[in-house]
Amino acid sequence: MKSTTELADHLRVMHRIRFTEEAITALRAAGDVVGSVHLCNGQEAVYAGAVAALDLSVDAVFPTYRGHGWALACGVAPRAVLAELLGRAGGISGGRGGSAYFTAPDHGMFGENSIVGAGAPIACGAALAAAYDGSGRVALAAFGEGAMNQGAVHEALNLAAARSLPVLFLVENNGYSELTPTDTMVRNDQLFRRAAGYGMPGARVDGNDPVAVADAVGRAAERARAGRGPVLLEAMTQRIVGHYIGDAQQYRPAGELDAALAAEPIRRAEEALRAGGVAEAELDALRAAVRAEIDTAVAEALAEPLADPTTVLEHLYA
Amino acid sequence: MPDAQLTYAGAANAALDRALTERPETLLYGEDVAVPGGVFGVTKGLLKRHGDRVFDTPISEAAILGSAVGASMFGRRPIVEIMWADFALVAFDQIVNQAANVRYISRGRLSAPLTIRTQQGNAPGACAQHSQSLEALFAHVPGLTVAMPATHQDAHDLLLAAIWHDDPTVVIENRTLYHGEKRAVRLGGPVPGIGGAAVRRPGTDVTVVTWGAIQHAVLDAAQRAAAEGIDAEVIDLRWIRPIDLPTVLGSVRRTGRLLVVHEAHTVGGVGGEVVAAVAESGIRLAAPPVRLGAPPARIPAAPHLAAAVLPGAADVLGALRALAGDGVHGAVA
Repeated sequence: MKSTTELADHLRVMHRIRFTEEAITALRAAGDVVGSVHLCNGQEAVYAGAVAALDLSVDAVFPTYRGHGWALACGVAPRAVLAELLGRAGGISGGRGGSAYFTAPDHGMFGENSIVGAGAPIACGAALAAAYDGSGRVALAAFGEGAMNQGAVHEALNLAAARSLPVLFLVENNGYSELTPTDTMVRNDQLFRRAAGYGMPGARVDGNDPVAVADAVGRAAERARAGRGPVLLEAMTQRIVGHYIGDAQQYRPAGELDAALAAEPIRRAEEALRAGGVAEAELDALRAAVRAEIDTAVAEALAEPLADPTTVLEHLYA
Repeated sequence: MPDAQLTYAGAANAALDRALTERPETLLYGEDVAVPGGVFGVTKGLLKRHGDRVFDTPISEAAILGSAVGASMFGRRPIVEIMWADFALVAFDQIVNQAANVRYISRGRLSAPLTIRTQQGNAPGACAQHSQSLEALFAHVPGLTVAMPATHQDAHDLLLAAIWHDDPTVVIENRTLYHGEKRAVRLGGPVPGIGGAAVRRPGTDVTVVTWGAIQHAVLDAAQRAAAEGIDAEVIDLRWIRPIDLPTVLGSVRRTGRLLVVHEAHTVGGVGGEVVAAVAESGIRLAAPPVRLGAPPARIPAAPHLAAAVLPGAADVLGALRALAGDGVHGAVA
């Protein structure tokens, strides 16, 4: 059955993201990974679904600093993501980007960005280039809903609309602008409705359902590729971890996290597959296979040499 | 190609025209640059000649600069105008946090060959948000390249060099120069590379390092000083990053005296960098080096108030007299 296969494919990607994030959590606790790390546990369906609907041989994704999941969904090897966080030479940016700012252009992933909302105008540029190079490229700018209150995002939305640029603005709405509930920061928390003000279509999508995300992104991409301009999608999801590793999340009301855990996308996908007749043993096997893949990736990444400090002055200019 | 008689603005226009003609990957855009031809008329006629690669944008500096970063990562070579350098601050993120990082973080897999054309400095009546000289802010950032053309020829040549350069480059023009007299400007010929100061006036007694429009006041002062027996060598830095230190040091080694003149504020300015480089070089000076720039004040709008803040030819002449007035010329043996 097509839908079962599709969902199982998404589930594999989501497992890969989740197990990588869990591995990073352990590496951070062990002190192998240092610094601020923003995990995406709970939001995996957005990445799995969106990337499945794009053609990364030509399309370009511009995610946020919560970008491990985007990179993995784009096909970056878990080893390369882990090595990046470990400062290894084989890291996706050779240790220069770290958790929050690595870039994987060979995989259509044009940089996390740890300046909130800054990727949106850059995505407009990738789309602008498409107007001249005949590539048919669609640029996807992904950012949290908190970024919807950044001036750069407003400017990007307007520029994309004014010039009918092939940009998909994908809001990962996890309810929190970093540590602050977003509904206390806006008068109208239905952010997709802002699209009308820019003269572009806007829609909300179930961000914990990868098939729904893929469907919405696919239709928006098709529209943009046909020259009909940008779309604003708001994927409703929740992170089931802190904003960063170590975030005590005391701002969360009682019961919220339990509800989020009950609705998180991996659990939901497994339940749907079970209901669709997939055997428990198959689900266990998939989980075990991906876990083994990530365990191997961790070992490989740890075994890699550190990035060479004598190279730090390289690549500043052509 | 014969020399053309052009204004400074016309020289910049000719460079843009050539870039748009010879490099199909160039784009030219910004606020009012296409149909209106630029608020200072620098981009006049380019829309008509080059069509949809020249376009107007919303008043959105972050979108202008950010889209230039993105387009440049994908094979375009955007030339964007930020109407006033002061306005770049609205979207400094896209220059400093984004453009300057592209090549370095990707280890050369990506680059951002974009040119930001802007203009700065005081002109009569301009308010404090239209008067600043901000080159030090740009020049502080590794990954950026910064040019400040102050002659007609440089308005053409430095801009071409910037556009051909494969990394983000800020070209800071000066609106007081745009529509002055026409002068002969060499067009055609090879596109120069980036970097390199120019000796505007050779001299033996004092090295004056300057850049931007104020150098015309410096040259005026140097002329008057010559009548008093002070022979100043005036170096136009032209490129603020990278600084052509060999030319500066070579001159100071001969003169033993250093005056740096810029319109920007002295504190934290590029003049301090020049003085530090000379100090670090170990060249023995016959007199302590002098920086002449704006004191710590905002730039007031009324012309007589602004004149009280900004250095002028009389200040430069005074500094030259003080520096060279001890009668000891040339470096200490």
